[in-house]
Amino acid sequence: MNRRFLLALGILTTVGLSLLPFLWFLLTSFKSQAEIEATPPTWWPSGSLGFYRSALFDHRLFDYVGNSIVVAGSTTVLALLIAIPAAYALARLAIPGKQGILAVLLCVSMFPQMAIAGPVWRLLDAIGGLNHRWGLVLPYVALTLPLAIWILASFFKELPPELEDAARVDGCGPWTTLLRITLPLAAPGIFTAAILVLIYAWNEFFFALLILTQPEQQTLPVGIALFQGEFTMPWGELAAASVVATLPLILVVLLCQRWIVSGLSAGAVKG
Amino acid sequence: MTDSPRLTRHRDGPAAWMMVAPALFITLVFALYPVLDSLWVSLHHIFIGLPMLGRSFIGLDNYLALLRDPAAHQALFVTLAFVVLSTLLELACGLVIALVIHEHFRGRGLVRAAILIPWAIPTVVASQLWRYIFNDQYGFANLLLFGDRITEYVPWLAYPTVTFGIIVLADVWKTSSFAALLILAGLQVIPDDLYDAAKVDGANLWQRFRHITLPLLKPAMLLALLFRTMDAFRVFDLVFVMTQGGPGDATQVLQFYGYQTLFTEGRLGYGSAVSVAVFLMILSLSLVYLRAIGSSLLERGRT
Repeated sequence: MNRRFLLALGILTTVGLSLLPFLWFLLTSFKSQAEIEATPPTWWPSGSLGFYRSALFDHRLFDYVGNSIVVAGSTTVLALLIAIPAAYALARLAIPGKQGILAVLLCVSMFPQMAIAGPVWRLLDAIGGLNHRWGLVLPYVALTLPLAIWILASFFKELPPELEDAARVDGCGPWTTLLRITLPLAAPGIFTAAILVLIYAWNEFFFALLILTQPEQQTLPVGIALFQGEFTMPWGELAAASVVATLPLILVVLLCQRWIVSGLSAGAVKG
Repeated sequence: MTDSPRLTRHRDGPAAWMMVAPALFITLVFALYPVLDSLWVSLHHIFIGLPMLGRSFIGLDNYLALLRDPAAHQALFVTLAFVVLSTLLELACGLVIALVIHEHFRGRGLVRAAILIPWAIPTVVASQLWRYIFNDQYGFANLLLFGDRITEYVPWLAYPTVTFGIIVLADVWKTSSFAALLILAGLQVIPDDLYDAAKVDGANLWQRFRHITLPLLKPAMLLALLFRTMDAFRVFDLVFVMTQGGPGDATQVLQFYGYQTLFTEGRLGYGSAVSVAVFLMILSLSLVYLRAIGSSLLERGRT
């Protein structure tokens, strides 16, 4: 009884504490302005969609969502296109200094954004990438590559090498082997890396704040961070925008929990 | 990291390098070069938007100024306090969460997903969320504590110490599940027979946790500590959205101070010195951690 009681208590507390704060935003987003401003504020909303409407049409939520989809989507595709062959080569092929490369990548993932922000800004200024969404995608790809490569490489290493060896004996080169044999086997690992890169690019704030300064280009996190009313804080619209920014991620987590758990823990511990 | 006996692949050379080259190139251009450039710029006296002042080489002067800068000292103190408090709390909460989601029970997948939700929420959203919860008029905290006794409502974010505590709380809420995942991976490699043997010997639940789980979790806990420390050092979104460093300078962290000197005040040379200093601190900390866990990581890699 002791153990089962502890477990039930643990499940209830952790799940409750994880969900409750966000539920308060969710409830707020369905309130009316009067229900928010009542003192004390009401618990339950009357189910108004007014805040969603004004967030979408008065607060550029459409722009933010569109920009976030473009930036996060391109980052994910580009990062995987670059990370997959690199991870395969580092996991399977003979490359001198392979450990060094992996160590450098690990170091890069520890960089504080501040340490590279100034030069990245000037670099993008020089090549005309400031205030363009592609200018944000480039640093995002660089910053997500280490994680993607580490996860993919540790995944590739766990695949049985026999099939690949057989393909090699039959005369396939490294590229053909990767494309025909390894990729299909590694689909779950690739999926994991894609989810993590996508979540990173969808949520990133620091570089998005620096690189895209025009309101119509900004991504969701910047839009939400700079959310302002003329006289008072528009909490209702902000709550609605936050729900819109978060809902896709909640769906991803609900559907892909298994891959996220295995990807993060395996990638980190097995290295 | 041993390679199984493989076919010889001398002819892989060019193809292997072609596979790695794009990744190396983009890392070089957008991560390594910027760090070196920051280092170089930090040795100069440069202001953004004032090109007529030129860029004069001043050696380590920016760093010497940094050592004497009271605002930087305060930011360092706040950052260190934040790192220590939040990582310790996250490890403790992460351990509890990991123990819970390691158990077998019906609906475990759903519980795991629920616990991961704060981790997946954009930090900016979490920051606004906690700011709203501790709002002086509409806040959930006041509603929960005082109900309709509105005269007792507390303006939480007006008090320096409380605000610092709220930033820590928001960070712990957001990232404990990440620590939990790393610790979970450690739990999963502890063999069951150890527990069975201890049970036969009459060890109770607490004794089994104390003498089997905790010692064997040490590498995973250290790894979680490493990752969380790095991240806590880099805290920015929370401060930018919730407090802008205030009230007073109670939540002025190094990254925010660096951001202000660089991009708000345009002190390019000095701001770069701040960011390089943060970088060096993180680097040396991670080297200490890696020395502590490096051997155990390699052990596991070999099995």
